[in-house]
Amino acid sequence: MIAIGFEGSANKIGVGIMEHSDDGKVSVLANPRHTYITPPGQGFLPKDTAAHHRAHVIPLTLEALAEANLTPKDIDVICFTKGPGMGGPLTTVAIAARTLSLLWGVPLVAVNHCVGHIEMGRMITGADNPVVLYVSGGNTQVIAFSEQRYRIFGEAIDIAVGNCLDRFARILGLPNEPFPGWQIEQRAKKGTQLIDLPYTVKGMDVSFSGILSHMESLVRDHDPYLPDAPYTADDLCFSLQETVFAMLVEITERALAHIGATEVLIVGGVGCNERLQGMMGEMATQRGAHLFATDERFCIDNGLMIAQAGLLAHKHGVVTDLTDTWCTQRYRTDEVLVTWR
Amino acid sequence: MPDTQPPVATLIKQGAEARVYTIPFAGRPAIVKERFRKAYRHPTLDEKLTSRRVVQEARCLHRIRRAGVDTPTVYLVDLKASTIYMEFIDGISVRDHILATSPLNHQHERELATKIAKSLGVMHDMDIVHGDLTTSNMMMRAGDNPSLVLIDFGLSFVSTLVEDKAVDLYVLERALSSTHPDTDSFFQAILNAYAKNSKGGKPVLKKLEDVRRRGRKRTAFG
Ligand SMILES: Nc1ncnc2c1ncn2[C@@H]1O[C@H](COP(=O)(O)OP(=O)(O)O)[C@@H](O)[C@H]1O
Ligand SMILES: [Mg+2]
Repeated sequence: MIAIGFEGSANKIGVGIMEHSDDGKVSVLANPRHTYITPPGQGFLPKDTAAHHRAHVIPLTLEALAEANLTPKDIDVICFTKGPGMGGPLTTVAIAARTLSLLWGVPLVAVNHCVGHIEMGRMITGADNPVVLYVSGGNTQVIAFSEQRYRIFGEAIDIAVGNCLDRFARILGLPNEPFPGWQIEQRAKKGTQLIDLPYTVKGMDVSFSGILSHMESLVRDHDPYLPDAPYTADDLCFSLQETVFAMLVEITERALAHIGATEVLIVGGVGCNERLQGMMGEMATQRGAHLFATDERFCIDNGLMIAQAGLLAHKHGVVTDLTDTWCTQRYRTDEVLVTWR
Repeated sequence: MPDTQPPVATLIKQGAEARVYTIPFAGRPAIVKERFRKAYRHPTLDEKLTSRRVVQEARCLHRIRRAGVDTPTVYLVDLKASTIYMEFIDGISVRDHILATSPLNHQHERELATKIAKSLGVMHDMDIVHGDLTTSNMMMRAGDNPSLVLIDFGLSFVSTLVEDKAVDLYVLERALSSTHPDTDSFFQAILNAYAKNSKGGKPVLKKLEDVRRRGRKRTAFG
């Protein structure tokens, strides 16, 4: 069976094609993606992001089909992101999926974006039953599978970790290319001084807004780009990463201990940060657990993850009626009944 | 007789942040909880968190035990080694107990909920917030009519704020619903008993409504 997946819940639009053969073989056939980049210091607005996705969805679809060497006749199911995400971009991509479904006569499957990340990560890494740390611009969750659902054990109670990093990158005026978190990661490598920052862990939950406002006031008090500043921009990036990643690793470890699990999987855009992966790996080693992680091709939003999760559901009989193909900005990971595990 | 043999420590558990060993202490069965150095953490941050938590845990264990809540007796605190020696609790965690006996029958559920609520009520009335209420951090002593033991006070702190106490209960609610999916009535029973058994319970439960509402609004985005 061959699935095409459409993702556009935030500032990336991706189209992925995935094949599951009858003998159990899984093949990645194509996974092109395009990112809407804004000028330094600026975030992305829903309206402009939707326009970006509208402009790229057809070229990307053609590109994916060409790369996979397929025609529309080869596609068995069309999968698209139902949510969570930004309303405008989500519906733009859903309209494209619906149109192609009618045009090609192929059924639709609506997919939860977070479940897409998890299933993509499991497929690529071979992790069987991991505790999942899902970290992106919009989400920070510690997840484990139990009784047919991906249950949220811990989460950020205010802003997502990716949002915290992105906003701080904007405060420092760092470029948004390839993405703000990458800029912070590069600068952090050159930082030497650890600045004392708020550290807020409540059980398996974390909070980042206090850190962000503290960082803001540090920048306000001393311009880190001036030669006589007590700390450099590199030091600030370093301290921010060391602190927020320590919090994330800590709540992941709390979930591992509580559940008695021995596998950790990191997914989501922040999950390709090598410092975070390194820290998580060290935690895993110290407790005899095993870390699974992927690179930016798969952990940053992409179409393939939607194809993968949609195809798993479809093989277990899931089809979304055209009338039910609406999108939703809020869609919790644990709302999805997982029938394929 | 002088004790010539060095005490032998046996690892029984690696918890959320510490390793727990059984070790004889002055002839009594004891454990030593060691907050070992976390390789993933920057050394400065690691030292700060570890020393703060060792002190906090020892202090809170001691204080709430004196108030009549069952917790392990603290024998010795070694700040340099980041270890706490305490009474060994012969029993099992509430998590393992629920997993082994689910579904809980109604009577048993009410009894267990009342024990938990009484301990939490006394603790909150003393303005101590646990900070990590899960079923792994509650134990039941072996034997008939087992006493409920609160453990793991590493994230605890002192606060008079109703908000902090409500968040404490919310953390427990989330831990219950994710670990033991069909236990809504169990948590409700805890809340009912908490209202009856704690002096400051009513406003905390009212605040819990707000905290939950915020939680529901926070449904995943992008
Ligand atoms: N006093 C004790 N007696 C017996 N077992 C204990 C005792 N304290 C802790 N344990 C066991 O060790 C585990 C980890 O201890 P805990 O204090 O929760 O440390 P952590 O902060 O690492 O989670 C507990 O879940 C429990 O099973
Ligand atoms: Mg514990």
